[in-house]
Amino acid sequence: MLLDIQDIHVHYGKIEALKGISLQVDEGEIVTLIGANGAGKSTTLKTISGLRPLSSGKVVFEGRDISKMPGHKRVLVGIGQSPEGRGVFPGMTVEENLYMGAYARKGDASKTLAEVYELFPRLAERKKQFGGTMSGGEQQMVAIGRALMTDPKVLLLDEPSMGLAPMLIQQIFDIIKEINRRGKTVLVVEQNAQQALSLAHRAYVLETGAVVKSAPARELLDDPQVRAAYLGGDLAVEDTAPAAGTAADGSVDLGKGEAGE
Amino acid sequence: MFNDFISQFPQSTVDGLAVGAIFALIALGYTMVYGVLRLINFAHSEIFMVGTVAGLFTISQVFDIKSPLTGFALVGMVLLLLVVAMAASGGAAVLLELVAYRPLRRRGASRLAALISAIGASFFLQEVFALQVIPKLFDRPEGRNQIGVPRIMDKDVLFSVGSMDVRTDHVLVVVAAVVMMVALDQFVTRTKVGRGIRATAQDPETAVLMGVNIDTIVRTTFLLGGAMAGVAALLYIVKFEITAYNIGFILGVKAFTAAVLGGIGNLRGALVGGFALGLIENWGAIFFGSEWKDVIAFTVLVIILMFRPTGLLGESLQQARA
Repeated sequence: MLLDIQDIHVHYGKIEALKGISLQVDEGEIVTLIGANGAGKSTTLKTISGLRPLSSGKVVFEGRDISKMPGHKRVLVGIGQSPEGRGVFPGMTVEENLYMGAYARKGDASKTLAEVYELFPRLAERKKQFGGTMSGGEQQMVAIGRALMTDPKVLLLDEPSMGLAPMLIQQIFDIIKEINRRGKTVLVVEQNAQQALSLAHRAYVLETGAVVKSAPARELLDDPQVRAAYLGGDLAVEDTAPAAGTAADGSVDLGKGEAGE
Repeated sequence: MFNDFISQFPQSTVDGLAVGAIFALIALGYTMVYGVLRLINFAHSEIFMVGTVAGLFTISQVFDIKSPLTGFALVGMVLLLLVVAMAASGGAAVLLELVAYRPLRRRGASRLAALISAIGASFFLQEVFALQVIPKLFDRPEGRNQIGVPRIMDKDVLFSVGSMDVRTDHVLVVVAAVVMMVALDQFVTRTKVGRGIRATAQDPETAVLMGVNIDTIVRTTFLLGGAMAGVAALLYIVKFEITAYNIGFILGVKAFTAAVLGGIGNLRGALVGGFALGLIENWGAIFFGSEWKDVIAFTVLVIILMFRPTGLLGESLQQARA
């Protein structure tokens, strides 16, 4: 077991954001957390990275309890995160942003940098551009590339599809698949359940701070409840007449293009 | 009046640049701390005061100066005072952060709480110096009076252009300030710690994900800002030859103004804002008399901010280089 989250509870003031979440990530896997806004997906990732303090429960990484380890040290044990909203440093160039990923590393990071540029040729073309002036898709590439620069054992991705056009989403997910193929373990949080479930080996479904389902991702793609809640549902298929109207405003959709908005 | 302006303009410019350089050095402390913590460190004016007192103490204790120094003695003295003032102000700033701000930050207190803490720390330092430190260090019964600083360098006219006299102290102040600011800018742009400071200023949470230790960065920021106030303190006692427990107050307000004028959170903005404010008040003084200096400076500030709310350099806070 690479990453073992045991019954974690996290509070924002008096509000309990995570109500006892447990999940595991094995080496070499892609695991996804899906769920609606506010289900606690991002909070889970932030807690793993040490940005949010635990009220109770444990985060165990490679058999070692890191629950009390400060956030800036967790990078060095092998947890790299591409944060929600990308967190690209606006006043730094692409290359400076990428090198920030190697901030805590000892030794030369130029080999990793070359790999990142190979994965994202677009970034290699724009080394000197400032992060703040880039498009959403390019910023997402910077954020993922920067997380790779930490040379992580597990790569945490927080909503890589957020705000991107469907074509770009496909591209980003293909790259995630490639990163995994090269041996990186990936834990990805997504609202775009269709894409995430097609990509991942296993999935957890989160609702209001708790895990309500966990299964191989393929199974969840066919699960009627999951389809209804996160994949736009089968309503549209059964109820053809009104569906035509609703599909037009995008509220009911089989999930193929939903995250483009 | 216009003839007055023409005739006094060159000299006012030189004087304005000299005092502006001091504003700019103090402004760096406000702007760096704001950039990293989004906090106005109102006790920064006292950090400057500590530097002037430490400088004066060094002069009064270590050396017995009857007449201004020259040559190597002067250079050595200025360097010694520079080190002492930077260490005193930098150390005081680090201590201030540790005592007045860090505990609040740890407990997630609001920014307003930190602001109150800053004002409290400012009063605390002033009173401690007035009641204890200054009377004891200089053997004076009353700690609230201004103290004269012995003249350590001759203020010779180096060269004159028309009616404009450029003196040695003008040159020392402006050159030292610019050199220190270039050094600081290079530090922030090129070193690893500097990258950590910029990352923290732009996105503190993501900076942690990169392995940046925020506590170390905050401490370093206070140290650097304090050290720059120490440089300003040295230049101030050389140029103006006085200090007092509350000497930082007006200068602090002006330096803070300079930081906002240039674009707070922006290192180069502090330089631009400092020089701009120094020039504006000295030019304005020609028209209205020097007793109106402060009114002129702040009126101009308000007008400039109406048209450029983010300051002269206009960079938004998060995008600032520091």
